Amino acid sequence: MTDKIRASFEKNKNGKAFIGFITAGDPDIDSTYEFILKMAEAGCDIIEIGIPFSDPVAEGAVIQNASVRALQAGTTTDMVFDMVAKVREKSDVTLCFMTYANLVFHYGYDKFFAKCKELDVSGIIIPDMPYEEKEEMESVSLKYDVNFISMVSPTSEDRVKMICSEAKGFIYVVSSMGVTGVRSSISTDLAPIIGHIREVTDVPCAIGFGISNPEQAKAMASLSDGAIVGSAIVRIVEKYGKEAGPYIYDFVKSMKDALLEA
Amino acid sequence: MNSKGRFGEFGGQYISETLMNELIRLEECYNEAKNDPSFNEEVQSLLNEYAGRPSRLYYAAKMTEDLGGAKIYLKREDLNHTGSHKLNNCIGQALLAKRMGKTRLIAETGAGQHGVATATVAALLGMECEIFMGKEDTIRQALNVYRMELLGAKVNAVTTGTMTLKDAVNDAMKEWSTRTEDTHYCLGSVMGPHPFPTIVRDFQAVISKEAKQQILEKEGKLPAAVIACVGGGSNAIGAFYNFIEDKDVQLIGCEAAGKGVDTDQNAATIATGTLGIFHGMKSLFCQNEYGQIAPVYSLSAGLDYPGIGPEHAYLNSIGRAQYVPVTDEEAVQAFEYLSRTEGIIPAIESSHAIAHAMKIAKDFSKDQSIIINVSGRGDKDVAAIARYRGVNLHD
Repeated sequence: MTDKIRASFEKNKNGKAFIGFITAGDPDIDSTYEFILKMAEAGCDIIEIGIPFSDPVAEGAVIQNASVRALQAGTTTDMVFDMVAKVREKSDVTLCFMTYANLVFHYGYDKFFAKCKELDVSGIIIPDMPYEEKEEMESVSLKYDVNFISMVSPTSEDRVKMICSEAKGFIYVVSSMGVTGVRSSISTDLAPIIGHIREVTDVPCAIGFGISNPEQAKAMASLSDGAIVGSAIVRIVEKYGKEAGPYIYDFVKSMKDALLEA
Repeated sequence: MNSKGRFGEFGGQYISETLMNELIRLEECYNEAKNDPSFNEEVQSLLNEYAGRPSRLYYAAKMTEDLGGAKIYLKREDLNHTGSHKLNNCIGQALLAKRMGKTRLIAETGAGQHGVATATVAALLGMECEIFMGKEDTIRQALNVYRMELLGAKVNAVTTGTMTLKDAVNDAMKEWSTRTEDTHYCLGSVMGPHPFPTIVRDFQAVISKEAKQQILEKEGKLPAAVIACVGGGSNAIGAFYNFIEDKDVQLIGCEAAGKGVDTDQNAATIATGTLGIFHGMKSLFCQNEYGQIAPVYSLSAGLDYPGIGPEHAYLNSIGRAQYVPVTDEEAVQAFEYLSRTEGIIPAIESSHAIAHAMKIAKDFSKDQSIIINVSGRGDKDVAAIARYRGVNLHD
C-alpha cells in the first residue's frame, strides 16, 4: 500500500506533521464534518477522529465530557462513517480513527476495517489495546490497509524495542503519565525515549498528551516528528459549540505555523 | 491472541501501554510471593489473628426446617473483620504491595465494603489510602463513606457517567495510570486486566478451602450446591474455586436482576450481556448495539456493575457453573427472611444468593446440603431497605 501517513509527514519541508484530534458528534455530527474540513484547510496533516465511547478511561475531563455530549446527541459509529463519507467528497486529508477496543470489537473487526478502507482511513488508535493484545485487531486491520498505531509511554522502558519493531503508520508517543488533557508543562524527559525509538525504526513518531500552545507544539516537534493535539481543540468546541469552526481554524493554523519552524 | 491470563477466550490485558510494565511487575512479584513460605505465613497470620478466620460454616437449622429440603449451611463471611469477604483480598494485596515497595493504596468501591476493607488494611499497615466511589453510591452508603474517612482514607466521589461502581473503576484506573511509582491499585473483584482476576481469586479461594474442609467434617460428604451472589464475582469465585474439580457440586452464581431481566433496569450480565472488551478484560458486558456500556441498575450497590469477571464468563461458557437472575424484590424478601429466621442480617448483595437458595432448597433431599456464601453483613443496608419498604427513619 502507499504509505499515506508517512507522506503526511514528508510533504512538509521539515518532515514534521501536525496531528489534530476531534471528538465526532460534539456538539453534533454535522458540526464535526465542518470542523474537520476547517482543520484540513488550516494545515492539519493528519486528523484523528474520536469515535465517542461511554467510558473513555484514557481521557481526561475535556475529551470525556466531549464524549458525553456526543453520545447525548445520539452519535453512533455508523453516523461517524457517514460523516467521513461526506468529508471524502471534499477532502483527501489523512484520517485516523481513535476509539476504544469495545466499539470496534462490537462492530465486527472485518466490517469496521472494510468501512475504513472504503473511506480511505489510514490508521486506528486504540488506547486500551497494548502490544500484547493487538494481534486480534491488527491482523484484520492490515487486510484492509489500515495501520494499527502503536503507543509508547514514559513507562515503556524495555518494551520500546518490541513495540517499535512492529510499528506501522506512525508511533504515538505519550508525553506524560495519566490521561489526555492540557498540561502547563511536560516534565517527562522524552529525548531518551525518542532516541530509543529511532534506534529501532524509521517509522515517524509524534508526541501527544498535554500539548496546548504553539511553543509546546514546536518544542515537541523538534524532539520528534510531530505533535498531536486533542484536548486543546476539543476545548474550543466546548466553548463555542457549533460556532467553533473559525476558532478551530485559527488555533490549528497557529499550531501548524509553529510546528513548521521546528 | 495473548495467552496470558486467559480463561478460554475471556480475560487478557486490554489496558493502556502506560500500565503494562506495572502489570508485568505485579505478576512477577505475585508469582514470587505465592511461592515464598514467609509471605504465605504473613497472609495467613493476618487472616487468622486480625480478620478472625476461619469463618464459621453455620448449619441453619430453622431455615432448613422451614424450606423443607436440603440442609442449609451458611458460610459466614459476614463475620469476617470489616463485615465482608473483601478483607481476604485486601490483606493479600496490601502485603503484596508492601513487598513491591508501595506506600499508597487506591481502590474502587461500590457498596463501600471493599473501600472499607482497603482503608482498614492501609491503616493497619501504615499506608496512605484513597478510595474512588460513585457519587450515587456515596449517598446510598453514606455510613461507609464516614467509616473509610474514620480509618484515615480519602474518599473521592466520582461524578462521571452513572456515578456508580463502573465509574469508580474508571477513575481508579485513571488515577493509577497517573501514579504507579508508589501506588498499588487494590482491585476489589476478580475483574480487570490480568493478573488481577487470578490474584483476587487466589486470595478469596480461602473461602472454599475452609468450606470444603468444614462441610466434610460436618456432613462427611461434599455439598450438592454452592450458591453465591455475583457482581464482578469475587466472593463467588472464592466460594466456588476449590469445588470446581468436584463435578457433582453444582455451582450457582446469583446476578442482580434489579427490576427484572425483561426491563432495562438490571445488572444481570450473564442473562442480558454480550461479549465485549472493557475494564482491561474480554468478558460479558451489558452494552448496547454499538458496544456502548449500558447504565445498569440494582438496589445493591455492590452488584451494580455492567460486567462480570472473566473466569465466571468461562465457567458459564463451559457449563460448569450456572448463573441465575434474582430481582431486588426477591433479594429484599430474603434479607428480611434470614433476619427473622436465623437472626442474621445479611448484606443485600448476599441476599441475592439466599433468595435463590430459598427457591431451590426443596428440590434437594434432606440428606443433601447446600452452602450459601453470606458474603457480608447487612448493617450497611438497613437504612436503604427501610426506604425501599417505605419506612421513614429518624436519628
